Amino acid sequence: MHDKTLTELAAALAAGEFSSRELTESLLARIDRLDGELNSFITVTADAALEAADRADRARAAGKAGPLTGLPLALKDIFCTQGVRTSCGSRMLDNFVSPYDATVVEKLAAAGTVSLGKTNMDEFAMGSSNENSHYGPVKNPWDLAAVPGGSSGGSAAAVAAGLVPAALGTDTGGSIRQPAAFCGITGLKPTYGRVSRYGMVAYASSLDQGGPMARTAEDCALLLGAIAGHDLRDSTSVARGVPDYREELEASLSGLKIGLPREYFGDGLAPEVEAAVREAIAVYESLGASVREVSLPHTELAIPAYYVIAPAEASSNLSRYDGVRFGHRCENPTDLVDLYKRSRAEGFGEEVKRRILIGTHTLSEGFFDAYYKKAQQVRRLIRQDFLDAFEDVDVLMGPASPTPAFDLGAKKDPVSMYLQDIYTIAINLAGIPGLSVPAGFVDGRPVGLQILGPHFAESRLLNVAHRFQQATDWHRRQPAFGKENA
Amino acid sequence: MALEPEDVRRAAHLARLGLDDREAARYVDDLSRILEMVDRLQAVDTEGVAPLAHPLDATQRLRADEVTESDQRERFQRCAPAVENGLYLVPRVVE
Repeated sequence: MHDKTLTELAAALAAGEFSSRELTESLLARIDRLDGELNSFITVTADAALEAADRADRARAAGKAGPLTGLPLALKDIFCTQGVRTSCGSRMLDNFVSPYDATVVEKLAAAGTVSLGKTNMDEFAMGSSNENSHYGPVKNPWDLAAVPGGSSGGSAAAVAAGLVPAALGTDTGGSIRQPAAFCGITGLKPTYGRVSRYGMVAYASSLDQGGPMARTAEDCALLLGAIAGHDLRDSTSVARGVPDYREELEASLSGLKIGLPREYFGDGLAPEVEAAVREAIAVYESLGASVREVSLPHTELAIPAYYVIAPAEASSNLSRYDGVRFGHRCENPTDLVDLYKRSRAEGFGEEVKRRILIGTHTLSEGFFDAYYKKAQQVRRLIRQDFLDAFEDVDVLMGPASPTPAFDLGAKKDPVSMYLQDIYTIAINLAGIPGLSVPAGFVDGRPVGLQILGPHFAESRLLNVAHRFQQATDWHRRQPAFGKENA
Repeated sequence: MALEPEDVRRAAHLARLGLDDREAARYVDDLSRILEMVDRLQAVDTEGVAPLAHPLDATQRLRADEVTESDQRERFQRCAPAVENGLYLVPRVVE
Protein backbone atom coordinates (compact mmCIF):
# COMPACT_ATOMS: atom_id res chain seq x y z
CA MET A 1 0.00 0.00 0.00
CA HIS A 2 2.83 2.36 0.84
CA ASP A 3 4.06 2.71 -2.75
CA LYS A 4 0.73 3.82 -4.19
CA THR A 5 -0.16 7.36 -5.15
CA LEU A 6 -3.01 9.22 -3.49
CA THR A 7 -5.07 8.78 -6.65
CA GLU A 8 -4.44 5.03 -6.69
CA LEU A 9 -5.28 4.76 -3.00
CA ALA A 10 -8.53 6.65 -3.58
CA ALA A 11 -9.47 4.15 -6.28
CA ALA A 12 -8.53 1.19 -4.09
CA LEU A 13 -10.58 2.53 -1.18
CA ALA A 14 -13.54 3.15 -3.48
CA ALA A 15 -13.24 -0.38 -4.89
CA GLY A 16 -13.15 -1.83 -1.37
CA GLU A 17 -9.71 -3.42 -1.84
CA PHE A 18 -8.90 -2.33 1.69
CA SER A 19 -10.36 -0.01 4.29
CA SER A 20 -8.99 3.31 5.45
CA ARG A 21 -8.33 1.67 8.83
CA GLU A 22 -6.23 -1.06 7.20
CA LEU A 23 -4.33 1.52 5.18
CA THR A 24 -3.81 3.74 8.21
CA GLU A 25 -2.64 0.85 10.38
CA SER A 26 -0.21 -0.26 7.72
CA LEU A 27 1.32 3.21 7.37
CA LEU A 28 1.48 3.74 11.14
CA ALA A 29 3.38 0.46 11.41
CA ARG A 30 5.76 1.66 8.71
CA ILE A 31 6.33 4.94 10.52
CA ASP A 32 6.95 3.00 13.70
CA ARG A 33 9.49 0.79 11.96
CA LEU A 34 11.33 3.39 9.90
CA ASP A 35 10.98 6.86 11.30
CA GLY A 36 13.36 6.34 14.20
CA GLU A 37 16.10 6.55 11.61
CA LEU A 38 14.52 9.15 9.33
CA ASN A 39 13.11 11.53 11.99
CA SER A 40 10.55 12.93 9.54
CA PHE A 41 7.77 13.23 12.13
CA ILE A 42 7.78 15.40 15.24
CA THR A 43 4.42 14.06 16.44
CA VAL A 44 2.58 10.95 15.26
CA THR A 45 -1.13 11.12 16.06
CA ALA A 46 -1.92 7.41 15.82
CA ASP A 47 -5.11 7.33 17.91
CA ALA A 48 -6.68 10.32 16.20
CA ALA A 49 -5.68 8.87 12.82
CA LEU A 50 -7.40 5.56 13.53
CA GLU A 51 -10.54 7.36 14.70
CA ALA A 52 -10.54 9.47 11.53
CA ALA A 53 -10.02 6.34 9.44
CA ASP A 54 -12.98 4.65 11.10
CA ARG A 55 -15.12 7.72 10.47
CA ALA A 56 -14.05 7.65 6.83
CA ASP A 57 -14.91 3.97 6.53
CA ARG A 58 -18.32 4.59 8.07
CA ALA A 59 -18.93 7.50 5.70
CA ARG A 60 -18.03 5.27 2.78
CA ALA A 61 -20.32 2.50 4.00
CA ALA A 62 -23.10 5.08 4.21
CA GLY A 63 -22.48 6.13 0.60
CA LYS A 64 -21.14 9.52 1.67
CA ALA A 65 -17.52 9.25 0.53
CA GLY A 66 -15.89 12.11 -1.39
CA PRO A 67 -12.74 11.98 -3.52
CA LEU A 68 -10.44 12.36 -0.49
CA THR A 69 -12.35 10.30 2.06
CA GLY A 70 -10.05 8.00 4.01
CA LEU A 71 -6.81 9.16 2.39
CA PRO A 72 -3.88 9.45 4.78
CA LEU A 73 -1.54 12.42 4.82
CA ALA A 74 0.73 14.40 7.10
CA LEU A 75 0.94 18.06 8.03
CA LYS A 76 4.07 20.13 8.36
CA ASP A 77 4.26 21.08 12.03
CA ILE A 78 3.65 24.71 11.10
CA PHE A 79 -0.12 24.17 10.68
CA CYS A 80 -2.10 24.64 13.87
CA THR A 81 -4.01 21.54 14.92
CA GLN A 82 -6.50 21.78 17.74
CA GLY A 83 -5.53 19.65 20.70
CA VAL A 84 -2.24 18.56 19.11
CA ARG A 85 1.14 20.15 19.74
CA THR A 86 2.15 22.58 16.98
CA SER A 87 5.87 23.10 17.56
CA CYS A 88 6.99 24.78 14.32
CA GLY A 89 10.27 22.95 14.91
CA SER A 90 11.04 25.23 17.84
CA ARG A 91 11.69 24.86 21.53
CA MET A 92 9.62 28.06 21.81
CA LEU A 93 6.48 26.12 20.89
CA ASP A 94 7.44 22.72 22.29
CA ASN A 95 4.64 23.05 24.84
CA PHE A 96 2.12 24.74 22.53
CA VAL A 97 -1.10 22.80 22.05
CA SER A 98 -3.10 24.83 19.60
CA PRO A 99 -6.60 25.87 20.68
CA TYR A 100 -7.77 25.96 17.05
CA ASP A 101 -7.26 24.40 13.61
CA ALA A 102 -5.69 26.11 10.62
CA THR A 103 -8.16 26.65 7.78
CA VAL A 104 -6.41 24.06 5.60
CA VAL A 105 -6.49 21.54 8.46
CA GLU A 106 -10.21 22.12 8.84
CA LYS A 107 -10.74 21.72 5.10
CA LEU A 108 -8.75 18.51 4.89
CA ALA A 109 -10.58 17.05 7.87
CA ALA A 110 -13.94 18.03 6.38
CA ALA A 111 -12.91 16.29 3.15
CA GLY A 112 -12.44 13.09 5.15
CA THR A 113 -8.65 12.82 5.06
CA VAL A 114 -6.74 11.07 7.82
CA SER A 115 -3.80 12.98 9.31
CA LEU A 116 -1.06 10.68 10.59
CA GLY A 117 0.80 13.47 12.32
CA LYS A 118 3.00 16.53 12.18
CA THR A 119 6.22 16.53 10.18
CA ASN A 120 9.64 17.85 11.08
CA MET A 121 10.88 21.17 9.71
CA ASP A 122 13.48 23.87 10.07
CA GLU A 123 12.61 26.02 13.07
CA PHE A 124 9.93 28.55 12.07
CA ALA A 125 10.52 27.44 8.45
CA MET A 126 13.92 29.14 8.40
CA GLY A 127 16.35 26.88 6.62
CA SER A 128 17.16 24.91 3.49
CA SER A 129 18.33 21.62 5.00
CA ASN A 130 16.08 20.78 7.96
CA GLU A 131 19.16 20.96 10.16
CA ASN A 132 17.69 23.90 12.10
CA SER A 133 15.01 21.85 13.82
CA HIS A 134 14.83 21.71 17.62
CA TYR A 135 13.85 18.05 17.11
CA GLY A 136 17.01 17.12 15.22
CA PRO A 137 17.75 16.84 11.51
CA VAL A 138 15.75 14.72 9.08
CA LYS A 139 17.58 12.28 6.84
CA ASN A 140 17.08 11.91 3.12
CA PRO A 141 15.65 8.45 2.38
CA TRP A 142 17.64 8.30 -0.88
CA ASP A 143 20.90 8.64 1.03
CA LEU A 144 20.96 8.81 4.79
CA ALA A 145 24.13 10.94 4.67
CA ALA A 146 22.25 13.66 2.78
CA VAL A 147 19.87 16.38 3.94
CA PRO A 148 16.25 16.16 2.77
CA GLY A 149 16.19 19.90 2.02
CA GLY A 150 14.15 22.40 3.92
CA SER A 151 12.27 23.84 5.42
CA SER A 152 9.54 21.25 4.65
CA GLY A 153 12.14 18.47 4.94
CA GLY A 154 10.05 16.15 7.11
CA SER A 155 7.10 16.27 4.72
CA ALA A 156 9.35 15.55 1.72
CA ALA A 157 11.24 12.71 3.41
CA ALA A 158 8.05 11.09 4.74
CA VAL A 159 6.49 11.02 1.27
CA ALA A 160 9.71 9.81 -0.40
CA ALA A 161 10.09 6.99 2.13
CA GLY A 162 6.50 5.85 1.66
CA LEU A 163 5.47 6.67 5.21
CA VAL A 164 2.59 8.70 3.87
CA PRO A 165 1.41 9.30 0.28
CA ALA A 166 1.17 13.09 0.61
CA ALA A 167 1.86 15.94 2.99
CA LEU A 168 1.35 19.65 3.29
CA GLY A 169 4.33 21.96 3.26
CA THR A 170 4.88 25.69 3.21
CA ASP A 171 7.12 27.70 0.93
CA THR A 172 8.53 31.15 1.74
CA GLY A 173 11.66 30.99 -0.42
CA GLY A 174 11.64 27.45 -1.80
CA SER A 175 10.65 25.37 1.23
CA ILE A 176 8.27 23.12 -0.73
CA ARG A 177 10.10 22.94 -4.06
CA GLN A 178 13.67 22.41 -2.87
CA PRO A 179 12.94 19.52 -0.46
CA ALA A 180 10.61 18.03 -3.10
CA ALA A 181 13.57 18.15 -5.52
CA PHE A 182 16.03 16.73 -2.98
CA CYS A 183 13.70 13.85 -2.07
CA GLY A 184 12.45 13.02 -5.57
CA ILE A 185 8.80 13.96 -5.09
CA THR A 186 6.40 16.51 -6.57
CA GLY A 187 5.76 19.74 -4.69
CA LEU A 188 3.72 22.80 -5.60
CA LYS A 189 3.96 26.31 -4.23
CA PRO A 190 0.69 27.98 -5.24
CA THR A 191 0.20 31.64 -6.12
CA TYR A 192 0.50 33.89 -3.07
CA GLY A 193 -2.96 34.12 -1.53
CA ARG A 194 -4.35 31.01 -3.24
CA VAL A 195 -4.28 28.95 -0.03
CA SER A 196 -5.33 30.43 3.33
CA ARG A 197 -2.54 31.22 5.78
CA TYR A 198 -4.93 31.27 8.75
CA GLY A 199 -3.45 29.03 11.41
CA MET A 200 -0.18 28.63 9.55
CA VAL A 201 2.52 29.93 11.88
CA ALA A 202 3.81 33.13 10.25
CA TYR A 203 7.39 33.57 9.13
CA ALA A 204 7.37 36.22 6.36
CA SER A 205 3.76 37.09 5.71
CA SER A 206 4.13 38.64 2.25
CA LEU A 207 5.90 35.49 1.01
CA ASP A 208 4.49 32.49 2.95
CA GLN A 209 2.27 30.07 1.09
CA GLY A 210 1.13 26.53 1.90
CA GLY A 211 0.89 23.81 -0.69
CA PRO A 212 0.81 20.08 -1.48
CA MET A 213 3.72 17.62 -1.62
CA ALA A 214 3.05 14.19 -3.11
CA ARG A 215 4.38 11.63 -5.58
CA THR A 216 2.64 13.01 -8.63
CA ALA A 217 1.25 16.20 -10.11
CA GLU A 218 -2.13 14.48 -10.27
CA ASP A 219 -2.06 14.00 -6.49
CA CYS A 220 -1.01 17.61 -5.98
CA ALA A 221 -4.00 18.67 -8.12
CA LEU A 222 -6.34 16.62 -5.95
CA LEU A 223 -4.95 18.14 -2.75
CA LEU A 224 -4.72 21.71 -4.00
CA GLY A 225 -8.41 21.59 -4.91
CA ALA A 226 -9.16 20.66 -1.31
CA ILE A 227 -7.09 23.37 0.37
CA ALA A 228 -7.33 26.36 -2.01
CA GLY A 229 -9.87 29.13 -1.76
CA HIS A 230 -10.87 32.39 -0.21
CA ASP A 231 -10.86 32.65 3.57
CA LEU A 232 -12.33 35.59 5.43
CA ARG A 233 -9.90 34.86 8.27
CA ASP A 234 -6.86 35.55 6.08
CA SER A 235 -7.03 39.07 4.69
CA THR A 236 -4.42 38.24 2.04
CA SER A 237 -6.25 35.21 0.69
CA VAL A 238 -7.63 35.86 -2.77
CA ALA A 239 -11.35 35.99 -3.50
CA ARG A 240 -11.33 33.92 -6.64
CA GLY A 241 -13.06 30.67 -7.55
CA VAL A 242 -11.21 27.36 -7.26
CA PRO A 243 -11.22 25.32 -10.46
CA ASP A 244 -11.07 21.52 -10.53
CA TYR A 245 -7.32 21.29 -10.92
CA ARG A 246 -7.65 17.78 -12.36
CA GLU A 247 -9.76 18.92 -15.29
CA GLU A 248 -6.89 20.14 -17.47
CA LEU A 249 -4.33 17.51 -16.46
CA GLU A 250 -4.55 15.63 -19.73
CA ALA A 251 -4.51 18.68 -22.05
CA SER A 252 -2.04 18.39 -24.93
CA LEU A 253 1.27 20.23 -24.67
CA SER A 254 1.41 20.76 -28.40
CA GLY A 255 2.27 24.41 -28.96
CA LEU A 256 3.32 24.99 -25.32
CA LYS A 257 5.92 27.75 -25.19
CA ILE A 258 8.66 27.07 -22.65
CA GLY A 259 11.14 29.74 -21.62
CA LEU A 260 14.53 28.87 -20.18
CA PRO A 261 15.83 31.76 -18.06
CA ARG A 262 19.48 32.08 -19.01
CA GLU A 263 20.28 33.21 -15.47
CA TYR A 264 19.13 29.78 -14.20
CA PHE A 265 21.76 27.97 -16.24
CA GLY A 266 24.83 29.98 -15.29
CA ASP A 267 27.78 29.63 -12.94
CA GLY A 268 27.18 27.55 -9.86
CA LEU A 269 24.84 25.07 -11.53
CA ALA A 270 26.22 21.54 -11.20
CA PRO A 271 26.81 20.16 -14.73
CA GLU A 272 25.06 16.85 -13.91
CA VAL A 273 21.98 18.75 -12.69
CA GLU A 274 21.99 20.85 -15.84
CA ALA A 275 22.24 17.69 -17.98
CA ALA A 276 19.22 16.12 -16.23
CA VAL A 277 17.20 19.32 -16.60
CA ARG A 278 18.06 19.66 -20.28
CA GLU A 279 17.09 16.04 -20.84
CA ALA A 280 13.73 16.76 -19.24
CA ILE A 281 13.27 19.75 -21.51
CA ALA A 282 14.01 17.51 -24.50
CA VAL A 283 11.10 15.32 -23.33
CA TYR A 284 8.87 18.37 -23.54
CA GLU A 285 10.07 19.09 -27.07
CA SER A 286 9.13 15.55 -28.02
CA LEU A 287 5.66 16.26 -26.59
CA GLY A 288 5.21 19.19 -28.95
CA ALA A 289 6.46 22.12 -26.86
CA SER A 290 8.78 24.78 -28.21
CA VAL A 291 11.70 26.10 -26.19
CA ARG A 292 13.35 29.49 -26.22
CA GLU A 293 15.81 31.30 -24.02
CA VAL A 294 14.52 34.20 -21.96
CA SER A 295 16.11 36.55 -19.45
CA LEU A 296 15.20 37.43 -15.88
CA PRO A 297 17.78 40.20 -15.53
CA HIS A 298 17.29 40.87 -11.81
CA THR A 299 17.79 37.25 -10.73
CA GLU A 300 20.97 37.86 -8.75
CA LEU A 301 19.18 40.46 -6.63
CA ALA A 302 16.54 38.01 -5.41
CA ILE A 303 18.57 36.59 -2.53
CA PRO A 304 19.71 40.02 -1.27
CA ALA A 305 16.14 41.37 -1.49
CA TYR A 306 14.77 38.28 0.24
CA TYR A 307 17.29 38.52 3.09
CA VAL A 308 16.02 42.00 3.84
CA ILE A 309 12.29 41.41 3.42
CA ALA A 310 11.95 37.98 5.03
CA PRO A 311 13.98 38.70 8.20
CA ALA A 312 12.25 42.08 8.59
CA GLU A 313 8.83 40.44 8.46
CA ALA A 314 10.07 37.62 10.69
CA SER A 315 11.35 40.01 13.32
CA SER A 316 7.87 41.57 13.48
CA ASN A 317 5.96 38.27 13.34
CA LEU A 318 8.10 36.58 15.98
CA SER A 319 7.73 39.45 18.43
CA ARG A 320 4.55 37.68 19.56
CA TYR A 321 6.63 35.06 21.38
CA ASP A 322 6.99 36.95 24.61
CA GLY A 323 6.65 34.25 27.25
CA VAL A 324 3.33 35.72 28.40
CA ARG A 325 0.46 34.39 26.33
CA PHE A 326 1.76 31.08 25.03
CA GLY A 327 4.98 29.26 24.29
CA HIS A 328 8.16 28.95 26.32
CA ARG A 329 8.63 31.02 29.45
CA CYS A 330 11.90 31.25 31.37
CA GLU A 331 12.13 30.32 35.06
CA ASN A 332 11.94 33.02 37.77
CA PRO A 333 11.99 36.21 35.70
CA THR A 334 13.15 39.21 37.73
CA ASP A 335 11.19 41.77 35.73
CA LEU A 336 9.25 42.08 32.49
CA VAL A 337 12.26 42.77 30.27
CA ASP A 338 14.11 39.83 31.80
CA LEU A 339 11.03 37.67 31.13
CA TYR A 340 11.01 38.67 27.45
CA LYS A 341 14.74 38.44 26.91
CA ARG A 342 15.40 35.12 28.59
CA SER A 343 12.24 33.42 27.29
CA ARG A 344 13.21 34.38 23.75
CA ALA A 345 16.90 33.58 24.21
CA GLU A 346 16.03 30.09 25.50
CA GLY A 347 13.17 29.44 23.10
CA PHE A 348 14.72 30.38 19.76
CA GLY A 349 17.54 28.57 17.96
CA GLU A 350 20.53 30.12 16.29
CA GLU A 351 19.20 30.69 12.76
CA VAL A 352 15.97 32.20 14.06
CA LYS A 353 17.95 34.59 16.27
CA ARG A 354 20.15 35.51 13.33
CA ARG A 355 17.14 36.46 11.23
CA ILE A 356 15.44 38.34 14.06
CA LEU A 357 18.64 40.34 14.58
CA ILE A 358 19.05 41.12 10.87
CA GLY A 359 15.41 42.11 10.56
CA THR A 360 15.47 44.25 13.67
CA HIS A 361 18.65 45.97 12.51
CA THR A 362 17.40 46.74 8.98
CA LEU A 363 14.07 48.02 10.27
CA SER A 364 15.61 50.18 12.97
CA GLU A 365 15.80 53.93 12.87
CA GLY A 366 18.05 55.28 10.13
CA PHE A 367 18.24 52.02 8.15
CA PHE A 368 14.66 51.50 6.97
CA ASP A 369 14.90 53.34 3.64
CA ALA A 370 18.29 51.91 2.72
CA TYR A 371 17.20 48.34 3.36
CA TYR A 372 13.50 47.59 3.56
CA LYS A 373 12.22 50.20 1.14
CA LYS A 374 15.06 49.50 -1.29
CA ALA A 375 14.37 45.76 -1.15
CA GLN A 376 10.68 46.34 -1.84
CA GLN A 377 11.57 48.45 -4.87
CA VAL A 378 13.87 45.71 -6.15
CA ARG A 379 11.07 43.25 -5.45
CA ARG A 380 8.92 45.11 -7.98
CA LEU A 381 11.71 44.86 -10.57
CA ILE A 382 12.01 41.12 -9.92
CA ARG A 383 8.28 40.61 -10.35
CA GLN A 384 8.36 42.65 -13.54
CA ASP A 385 11.00 40.29 -14.97
CA PHE A 386 8.52 37.43 -14.67
CA LEU A 387 5.56 39.43 -16.00
CA ASP A 388 7.67 40.38 -19.02
CA ALA A 389 8.80 36.80 -19.61
CA PHE A 390 5.21 35.52 -19.48
CA GLU A 391 4.32 37.90 -22.31
CA ASP A 392 6.34 35.60 -24.55
CA VAL A 393 6.14 32.13 -23.01
CA ASP A 394 3.57 30.01 -21.13
CA VAL A 395 5.88 28.54 -18.53
CA LEU A 396 9.48 28.84 -17.40
CA MET A 397 11.66 25.83 -16.66
CA GLY A 398 14.97 25.28 -14.96
CA PRO A 399 16.57 23.46 -12.05
CA ALA A 400 14.92 23.67 -8.63
CA SER A 401 18.33 23.77 -6.96
CA PRO A 402 21.89 24.19 -8.24
CA THR A 403 22.98 20.86 -6.76
CA PRO A 404 21.39 17.63 -5.58
CA ALA A 405 20.98 17.18 -1.82
CA PHE A 406 24.20 18.00 0.01
CA ASP A 407 25.61 16.10 2.97
CA LEU A 408 24.34 16.67 6.49
CA GLY A 409 26.64 19.15 8.18
CA ALA A 410 28.25 20.25 4.88
CA LYS A 411 27.16 23.89 4.96
CA LYS A 412 28.28 25.62 8.12
CA ASP A 413 28.26 29.18 6.83
CA PRO A 414 24.80 30.80 6.69
CA VAL A 415 25.45 32.79 3.52
CA SER A 416 26.50 29.69 1.55
CA MET A 417 23.29 28.01 2.73
CA TYR A 418 21.23 31.02 1.60
CA LEU A 419 22.80 30.96 -1.87
CA GLN A 420 21.41 27.42 -2.38
CA ASP A 421 17.99 28.99 -2.92
CA ILE A 422 19.00 31.02 -5.96
CA TYR A 423 16.40 29.43 -8.28
CA THR A 424 13.46 29.32 -5.89
CA ILE A 425 13.48 32.56 -3.94
CA ALA A 426 12.50 35.02 -6.69
CA ILE A 427 9.25 33.11 -7.21
CA ASN A 428 8.04 34.03 -3.73
CA LEU A 429 9.02 37.65 -4.22
CA ALA A 430 6.97 37.69 -7.44
CA GLY A 431 4.10 35.72 -5.85
CA ILE A 432 3.84 33.34 -8.81
CA PRO A 433 3.24 29.58 -8.56
CA GLY A 434 6.01 27.04 -9.06
CA LEU A 435 6.46 23.32 -8.74
CA SER A 436 9.25 20.77 -8.76
CA VAL A 437 9.00 17.36 -10.40
CA PRO A 438 11.52 14.51 -10.25
CA ALA A 439 13.75 14.60 -13.34
CA GLY A 440 16.63 12.22 -12.73
CA PHE A 441 19.44 11.39 -10.35
CA VAL A 442 23.04 12.38 -9.72
CA ASP A 443 24.98 9.72 -7.80
CA GLY A 444 21.75 8.31 -6.43
CA ARG A 445 20.39 11.66 -5.27
CA PRO A 446 17.28 13.08 -7.01
CA VAL A 447 17.21 16.13 -9.27
CA GLY A 448 14.15 18.38 -9.52
CA LEU A 449 12.88 20.19 -12.59
CA GLN A 450 11.24 23.46 -11.60
CA ILE A 451 8.26 24.71 -13.63
CA LEU A 452 7.00 28.27 -13.13
CA GLY A 453 3.87 29.97 -14.39
CA PRO A 454 2.01 33.28 -14.21
CA HIS A 455 -0.19 34.14 -11.20
CA PHE A 456 -3.04 31.62 -10.82
CA ALA A 457 -1.70 29.31 -13.56
CA GLU A 458 -1.75 26.27 -11.22
CA SER A 459 -3.95 24.26 -13.60
CA ARG A 460 -1.47 24.77 -16.40
CA LEU A 461 1.54 23.95 -14.24
CA LEU A 462 -0.08 20.74 -13.03
CA ASN A 463 -1.00 19.83 -16.60
CA VAL A 464 2.57 20.44 -17.76
CA ALA A 465 3.96 18.38 -14.88
CA HIS A 466 1.41 15.60 -15.31
CA ARG A 467 2.17 15.10 -19.01
CA PHE A 468 5.86 14.84 -18.15
CA GLN A 469 5.07 12.19 -15.57
CA GLN A 470 3.14 10.21 -18.17
CA ALA A 471 6.22 10.27 -20.40
CA THR A 472 8.81 9.49 -17.70
CA ASP A 473 9.06 7.30 -14.63
CA TRP A 474 11.38 9.33 -12.38
CA HIS A 475 8.48 9.97 -10.00
CA ARG A 476 7.91 6.19 -9.75
CA ARG A 477 11.40 5.42 -8.46
CA GLN A 478 11.60 4.50 -4.82
CA PRO A 479 14.57 4.59 -2.49
CA ALA A 480 16.04 1.34 -1.20
CA PHE A 481 15.44 2.67 2.32
CA GLY A 482 12.33 1.13 3.80
CA LYS A 483 11.90 -1.58 1.18
CA GLU A 484 10.41 -4.73 2.70
CA ASN A 485 13.17 -7.12 3.82
CA ALA A 486 15.79 -4.41 3.33
CA MET B 1 28.36 47.20 5.88
CA ALA B 2 30.38 45.77 8.76
CA LEU B 3 28.68 45.74 12.12
CA GLU B 4 30.18 46.49 15.52
CA PRO B 5 29.34 44.42 18.61
CA GLU B 6 27.40 47.47 19.81
CA ASP B 7 25.08 47.26 16.74
CA VAL B 8 24.27 43.64 17.51
CA ARG B 9 23.65 44.38 21.20
CA ARG B 10 21.37 47.25 20.19
CA ALA B 11 19.36 45.07 17.78
CA ALA B 12 19.17 42.33 20.41
CA HIS B 13 17.82 44.78 22.95
CA LEU B 14 15.25 46.17 20.49
CA ALA B 15 14.17 42.59 19.73
CA ARG B 16 14.12 41.74 23.47
CA LEU B 17 16.48 38.89 22.76
CA GLY B 18 18.90 37.99 25.52
CA LEU B 19 22.43 37.75 24.18
CA ASP B 20 25.64 37.53 26.19
CA ASP B 21 28.82 39.24 24.99
CA ARG B 22 30.28 36.03 23.61
CA GLU B 23 27.17 35.32 21.52
CA ALA B 24 27.05 38.94 20.35
CA ALA B 25 30.65 38.64 19.16
CA ARG B 26 29.77 35.53 17.17
CA TYR B 27 26.77 37.19 15.52
CA VAL B 28 28.81 40.26 14.52
CA ASP B 29 30.65 38.18 11.98
CA ASP B 30 27.59 36.35 10.60
CA LEU B 31 25.44 39.42 10.36
CA SER B 32 28.18 41.47 8.74
CA ARG B 33 28.52 38.88 6.00
CA ILE B 34 24.77 38.78 5.46
CA LEU B 35 24.59 42.56 5.24
CA GLU B 36 27.53 42.58 2.86
CA MET B 37 25.60 40.19 0.59
CA VAL B 38 22.48 42.35 0.94
CA ASP B 39 24.41 45.51 0.10
CA ARG B 40 24.35 44.54 -3.59
CA LEU B 41 20.91 46.14 -3.57
CA GLN B 42 22.47 49.56 -3.11
CA ALA B 43 23.95 49.51 -6.61
CA VAL B 44 20.53 49.17 -8.27
CA ASP B 45 18.87 52.23 -9.73
CA THR B 46 15.37 52.25 -8.23
CA GLU B 47 14.55 55.87 -8.94
CA GLY B 48 10.80 56.15 -9.45
CA VAL B 49 10.11 52.46 -8.66
CA ALA B 50 7.25 52.08 -6.19
CA PRO B 51 7.95 49.64 -3.31
CA LEU B 52 6.08 46.35 -3.71
CA ALA B 53 4.48 45.25 -0.45
CA HIS B 54 2.10 42.61 -1.82
CA PRO B 55 2.86 40.49 -4.88
CA LEU B 56 -0.67 40.95 -6.25
CA ASP B 57 -0.84 44.63 -5.26
CA ALA B 58 -3.86 43.84 -3.12
CA THR B 59 -4.97 46.29 -0.48
CA GLN B 60 -6.62 45.59 2.84
CA ARG B 61 -10.22 44.45 2.50
CA LEU B 62 -12.85 46.12 4.61
CA ARG B 63 -15.87 44.50 6.19
CA ALA B 64 -18.88 45.73 8.09
CA ASP B 65 -17.98 46.75 11.63
CA GLU B 66 -19.84 43.93 13.36
CA VAL B 67 -18.82 41.68 16.21
CA THR B 68 -18.26 38.22 14.76
CA GLU B 69 -16.10 36.60 17.43
CA SER B 70 -17.44 35.12 20.61
CA ASP B 71 -15.60 35.31 23.92
CA GLN B 72 -13.18 32.38 24.05
CA ARG B 73 -10.84 33.73 26.69
CA GLU B 74 -10.72 30.59 28.80
CA ARG B 75 -9.94 28.40 25.84
CA PHE B 76 -7.20 30.67 24.58
CA GLN B 77 -5.67 31.11 28.01
CA ARG B 78 -5.32 27.37 28.50
CA CYS B 79 -1.99 27.45 26.64
CA ALA B 80 -0.66 30.43 28.63
CA PRO B 81 2.24 29.88 31.06
CA ALA B 82 0.56 31.73 33.96
CA VAL B 83 -2.97 33.12 34.33
CA GLU B 84 -5.18 34.03 37.25
CA ASN B 85 -8.81 35.18 37.19
CA GLY B 86 -8.65 35.58 33.42
CA LEU B 87 -5.52 37.72 33.56
CA TYR B 88 -2.06 36.92 32.23
CA LEU B 89 0.52 37.01 35.01
CA VAL B 90 3.86 38.79 34.53
CA PRO B 91 6.46 40.07 37.02
CA ARG B 92 5.37 43.20 38.86
CA VAL B 93 5.72 46.27 36.60
CA VAL B 94 4.52 49.04 38.94
CA GLU B 95 5.55 48.93 42.61
